[in-house]
Amino acid sequence: MCGITGLFLKNKALHSDLGRLTGLMMREMCDRGPDSAGFAIYGGESGAQTKICAVARDVPVDWDAVARRLADGIDAEVTVETLKDHAIFRTTGRGDTARTWLIDNLPEAIVLSQGQSIEIFKGVGSPNRIIADLDLSRRSGSHAIGHTRMATESAVTVAGSHPFSTGSDTCLVHNGSLSNHNRLREQLVRQGERFQTDNDSEVAAAYLAWRIRGGDTLERALERCLDDLDGFYTFVVGTRDGFAVLRDPVACKPAVMAETDDWVAMATEFRAIAPLPGVGNARIWEPAPATVYAWNQAA
Amino acid sequence: MAPAKTSVARRAAARRNSVFDLSTMPLREVNRLLHETKDGDFLIRNPRGLHAIACGLDGDLNIVVDGHAGYYCAGMNKRATVTINGNAGTGVAENMMSGLVHVKGDASQSAGATGCGGLLVIDGNASSRCGISLRGLDIVVKGSVGHMSAFMAQAGNIVVLGDTADALGDSIYEARLFVRGKVNSLGSDCIEKPMRAQHKQALRKLLDAAGVGGEVDVAEFKRYGSARELYHFHVDKAGAY
Repeated sequence: MCGITGLFLKNKALHSDLGRLTGLMMREMCDRGPDSAGFAIYGGESGAQTKICAVARDVPVDWDAVARRLADGIDAEVTVETLKDHAIFRTTGRGDTARTWLIDNLPEAIVLSQGQSIEIFKGVGSPNRIIADLDLSRRSGSHAIGHTRMATESAVTVAGSHPFSTGSDTCLVHNGSLSNHNRLREQLVRQGERFQTDNDSEVAAAYLAWRIRGGDTLERALERCLDDLDGFYTFVVGTRDGFAVLRDPVACKPAVMAETDDWVAMATEFRAIAPLPGVGNARIWEPAPATVYAWNQAA
Repeated sequence: MAPAKTSVARRAAARRNSVFDLSTMPLREVNRLLHETKDGDFLIRNPRGLHAIACGLDGDLNIVVDGHAGYYCAGMNKRATVTINGNAGTGVAENMMSGLVHVKGDASQSAGATGCGGLLVIDGNASSRCGISLRGLDIVVKGSVGHMSAFMAQAGNIVVLGDTADALGDSIYEARLFVRGKVNSLGSDCIEKPMRAQHKQALRKLLDAAGVGGEVDVAEFKRYGSARELYHFHVDKAGAY
């Protein structure tokens, strides 16, 4: 099962509504993934600063103390803002360096994302409660990806919740299961990717991040997934200014897309698209197997 | 929890020519009312992709679902006519027994799966696995169908006015497939077969039933079916089945 939602806003006037609309979409997908949930919001560009999101694994973390240690560790200014069990660090230092430092020095937390635009939040339990606790409806931005999880490939933990992100401003949500993730994880570790879970979807996220870092466009990186990933998947991927959808060639995992002049939406089921404004005039279609659908804010 | 008893007022409302609004009425109650009713015309508003709308009907009802339906709409249908003014999700009319289901938009995966009888008409495209394990239902798709359509189809007809994606009729038994457009590839044990007079006649009937008999020429279609080499059934014994 699992439920996926993606919303990419073409009309800037809707940016302030991104979180509320994503919440409406995710609520419809609660029964597809009742054990955990998460979302990535692209917005609130931090200028010269990089944002790093993290969440405590089990016990509360003293985030102010972590910010001071991180500042020393990466030799850059760090500020922190907290929300429930989450922290959003802002630093003038490098995001990838900060991520690595946190993974190495803060085993009691999970690093969720790093980048100029992306912020990821996730939790275990009812998606409706997670959405409310983490104030999704008040968030604004240009695009967002949500996931409600019914775990199959790894434990129900905050670390196993989607979206997964290893590279700067890149994240992925997945409905399905991969069968060659262990071998691929070993290869990616040799390429310098840092993993925080045994989850198959994290491998897909890292694979894309690795390809994009190597110079692939988002579209090209997804096309390569068709050769290198074995298993069932419907992916939604976000980058700083891009949004893409890919289904495996067998396309067992459901997906529906809709587009108006104002937005592009993807969801596991139409139910999640039905609450969007102007849906009555949307072009609605089912994404074809093994076909990359991508949008870019700059285009 | 025991099923809630349908109120007298609701029962009265379920008589002929009722409108049910799914934004205010629970879907289970709407379905229960339809199950308790043997005939009449009903309009179902605000389907919003909900699952199992107008499922399990058994009567001479005429239902219009005004919008996009979710999974399994009109599943297991007997005798009723169900029209969907929009798209249908996975498994529309799955396992239907008789009657007519008409999707005015596109249908998602597994449309008409395991259907035993009646007619399913899809004005738009149908996605993958259309008519999977078909057992006697007739399906007319005015657009194109996705991959693995007619997989293991046993009986019935599938008519496609557009094209088909890969692996049409994989492991097919005795269902008949008529395709006007391009077949991207045939599945295992599915072959093109000659269109004889009896097939043209059967196809014409299906096109008429779907309301396009006047505008579509049966001569434009090719017929596909089983080579009968994959399953344990020798062609010499076909008459026994």
